[in-house]
Amino acid sequence: MSAFNQNRSRIVQIIFIGAFILITLQLINLQVFSTKYKMAADNNAFYRKVIYPDRGIIFDRKKRAILENTISYDLVVIPAESKGTDTLALCALLNIDTATYKKRMRDLIFKNGAVKPSVFESLLTTENFARLNENMYRFPGFTLSERSVRSYPYDCGAAVLGYTAEVDTGFLRRHKDEGYEMGDYFGTTGLENSYEKVLMGQRGIKRFIRDNKGRIQGPWEKGEFDTAAIAGKNLYASIDVELQQLGEKLMQNKVGSIVAIDPKTGGILCMVSAPTYNPNYLTGNQRKKHLVDMMYFDPRKPLLNRTVSTTYSPGSTFKTLVGIIGMAEGVIDDQMTVSCGGSYLGCGRKMGCHAAGTFTLKPAISKSCNSYFAVAFRRILDNAKVNNRDITLGLFNEYAYSFGLGKKLGVDLPSERMGNIPTSKYYQKIFGKNWQACNIISNSIGQGEITTTLTQLANVMAIIANKGWYYLPHLIDSIEGGDDYEMLARFKVKHRTKNIAESIFEEVHEGMQGTMEFGTGAYAKVPGINVCGKTGTVENAYRGESLKDHAFFGAFAPRENPRIAIAVMCENAGYGATSAAPIASLLIEKYLRDSIAGPERKAKIEQLANMNLIPPQMKRLMIKQDSTRKVTLKKSIAKK
Amino acid sequence: MNRKNNNLAAEGIDYTVIWLYAILVSIGILCIFMVEYKADTNWLATLLGGKANYSKQLIFGGVCAIVATFILLTDSKIFTAFANLSYLLGILLMLATFVLGKNINGSRSWIPLVGGFNLQPAELCKIFTSLALAKFISRQEIDFTNVKSQIIAGLIALTPAALSILQHELGLALVYLSLLIAMYREGLPAQFLIIGSCFGILALATLIVERDALSITLTILAAFIIFLAYRQVRKKQRLVTIAAILSIWILCIGVQRYVVPYVFNNVLECYQSTRIYSMVGKDYDCSLNKKSNEKVTGKAARKPDDYNVRQSKIAIGSGGFFGRGFLKGTQTRGKYVPEQDTDFIFTSLGEAFGFVGCAIFLGLYLYFLFRIVRIAERQRSAFSRVYAYCVASILFFHIAVNVSMTIGLFPIVGITLPLISYGGSSLLTFTVLIFIMLRLDADRQMVLR
Repeated sequence: MSAFNQNRSRIVQIIFIGAFILITLQLINLQVFSTKYKMAADNNAFYRKVIYPDRGIIFDRKKRAILENTISYDLVVIPAESKGTDTLALCALLNIDTATYKKRMRDLIFKNGAVKPSVFESLLTTENFARLNENMYRFPGFTLSERSVRSYPYDCGAAVLGYTAEVDTGFLRRHKDEGYEMGDYFGTTGLENSYEKVLMGQRGIKRFIRDNKGRIQGPWEKGEFDTAAIAGKNLYASIDVELQQLGEKLMQNKVGSIVAIDPKTGGILCMVSAPTYNPNYLTGNQRKKHLVDMMYFDPRKPLLNRTVSTTYSPGSTFKTLVGIIGMAEGVIDDQMTVSCGGSYLGCGRKMGCHAAGTFTLKPAISKSCNSYFAVAFRRILDNAKVNNRDITLGLFNEYAYSFGLGKKLGVDLPSERMGNIPTSKYYQKIFGKNWQACNIISNSIGQGEITTTLTQLANVMAIIANKGWYYLPHLIDSIEGGDDYEMLARFKVKHRTKNIAESIFEEVHEGMQGTMEFGTGAYAKVPGINVCGKTGTVENAYRGESLKDHAFFGAFAPRENPRIAIAVMCENAGYGATSAAPIASLLIEKYLRDSIAGPERKAKIEQLANMNLIPPQMKRLMIKQDSTRKVTLKKSIAKK
Repeated sequence: MNRKNNNLAAEGIDYTVIWLYAILVSIGILCIFMVEYKADTNWLATLLGGKANYSKQLIFGGVCAIVATFILLTDSKIFTAFANLSYLLGILLMLATFVLGKNINGSRSWIPLVGGFNLQPAELCKIFTSLALAKFISRQEIDFTNVKSQIIAGLIALTPAALSILQHELGLALVYLSLLIAMYREGLPAQFLIIGSCFGILALATLIVERDALSITLTILAAFIIFLAYRQVRKKQRLVTIAAILSIWILCIGVQRYVVPYVFNNVLECYQSTRIYSMVGKDYDCSLNKKSNEKVTGKAARKPDDYNVRQSKIAIGSGGFFGRGFLKGTQTRGKYVPEQDTDFIFTSLGEAFGFVGCAIFLGLYLYFLFRIVRIAERQRSAFSRVYAYCVASILFFHIAVNVSMTIGLFPIVGITLPLISYGGSSLLTFTVLIFIMLRLDADRQMVLR
């Protein structure tokens, strides 16, 4: 019988081999040819943890940190381990009710699972942190986890420094290959934005092995392939934080801005945009609420940087430029006189004037005589040698461009506006081919179509102070560890104006000094310092309603060796001499002397700080908002 | 019977098998170690502590070595003598589980013993059934070409299988089917295997191919065969042949259209149907399943997924050609594969050592099986031969089904990988199975009845 079935042992063996070959083929398919399982395995098992570097710190010109990092704490919970937590006590500490607690817990478990840590409450206030820290033993499953947040120790410079925000999908789409991920923070405005590349540092990646429930089991390959986080580079700004604070104090309850520049370097000494807000309001756990309030509801628009992002007619401060261009072109000279009877009538319609009399250039600047500059402007345009206004206006504009007007200056802040120096093409469209100088005569006194940002105006003052050259105004002087991205190179290039003789600037200086001594800027005198200044008053209207004039003041000091050039503007403040000019004078004194001397001057600070120049239309909106919303933003936002 | 007295036991023992046995058990302990290993714990301490599964398996290994020694020291006549009795005992033990049974992983097939160990009689019953089958077939008066003796042999094999099904141990029940291979070797007509596998293929085709398309294919096939037969067969027999072919055709269509769906929807549990469907990459709609609908009245049946197979395939597939290396498997460390130290132990090997490791490992197994077949064929006694074939069949079935289910070739049934999977019952069963065979082989000159 055994012999009969002997051959069947072969068949049994063939069955065995057949099954094993089938298995081997499937193994080849799975292990050798298919890559998807390897990827699926990596997706399963690896947890990439991003190690966030500290963002760079920004120092002021005296190496004081004005934007740095502090530790904040998040309350983190692993829901599965939170049984036995004293829920009532926790709710009392966090000031929430148990329903909220339960809802949050449910949401966290839904989003992130019960065994993984999730943030229960982010960015605890110091007070909450202290209270929780003492009581943590009562809350099993809860831990406090550190995280680095931005802080502004001097509570100032919000518009300049900017803030960070979590990246959104739009941002990720625009910055695809720069390594951002959901949950990252990036600089949204101000210096945080301009120097994002440098400040962000380099994130580190740690790879962990995680188990089937998503719990971390330990580093992968003992961390051999992990990369360390590299902290962001520190920045050294040209800002003087004390000057900035004083500027913000003086601009309290006003709408307007201040820009002060060191004319020797182009470094911005202070940059105030009012109304402003305490930048620390955008770091805590209420940041989103505050941001939305300020962005969409506050009629004062505190997030608007009025130094670079709004343009104004520069007013009489522009007259200095008209005078310089006239002299440079040789259409006027220091001997030319213009008589003014209180208004300029040369163009058929009356153009009002502050002062009456007969002026040469110097007193014309000092007294801000409209007639003189109207004449000068007409002479520039109607230059007999050229006899073509398109060309003469083009020439005029070339001068203006060389003073940094009519184009973006290139300040290291985002959303800078370019201002407007209108061209003949523009006027041809409006007035036809044969437009007249009289059509655009308001430009001669800095009104009409000419607009500038306040930073451009401050830069013009710096150019006049330097007698014809400037560096681009900028906030950051140097980057710690070198400027790898060549971000500062453009600030090291010396720009020159169109060829203008030094004697012309001397003449203008003389006139501007006169402003301070016997002219329109007498309020802005700084005892013992030769300040050269120029006031400006700009008519304006809001929805057809004529409003109080904008007050401008541009100045530099000391005349002999200019160290500060400054431009101040207060919206709807009326005559420039009472608000903008004294603010500038105090800042000049503060910067040059390092302090304000004498009780009289100190009293002036308080007087100016208490002066409320909020324009009526804004006041109306604020009252309207206050009455419709119970939360008064005054408390949370207004500086102080 | 010309043995020397001084090395009574060692005489004639096949050391190759013992070496293979030892290597495989060691690989098994290493695999369990890979599964249990945690980077931050001192493995030596846990090994000596005896708490971890691999140290328990080491203890089981020691126990098995003692048991194996005892078996080698016994007289092989004892196995023939007690074959039927032990079979009876096994059946009684299996019946006892219905009373004493402890529920482990949803099956009441375990009897709790002292010291926290549990005994699975269905496992042990494999040995007893093999012995009883060998005893029955080797009886001198039995002619295995006789249908009656074939049916009795079938009943011996299928009684424990039926009891296993009642205990919800489908996998163990299937193992008893593997004894058909041994019976085939002893003269069971090949038609059983051929027809059986034909129906297997038909059932599989029912799953894979769309219902009507398969019906049409079968009809065309039948028509073609009739066409061929018509010309080949003599006139007288034509009618009979055509009738036979037509009845087979009707049977196939019936199976394909009604029997298979009926089995899936009414006989099998929802999870079993799902596993079988997922093997061919399809979703099974549990709402069709009568049993699951009875359980969850009102509620929509939850759609269970093929998590186990998917994770198991991921783990094995991620090993690649050379593997990730010993203790470096991320899926193993992350415990992604459920039951990884028992039924899915092959995944840890596949991930750590890749295709090369798997191929070597399977080669080892194949060599083992061939060795057993060779041992079987050199026996003078029919009892020893049948028994050795039973051992080979059971081992083969375990290996093939276990590995196939981890790589998605077979639906998931609870079947261990012999000598590798964690578990005392399983290891002990295979040890006893193999060493009884070795003992019998050592006495291959004897004729046992």
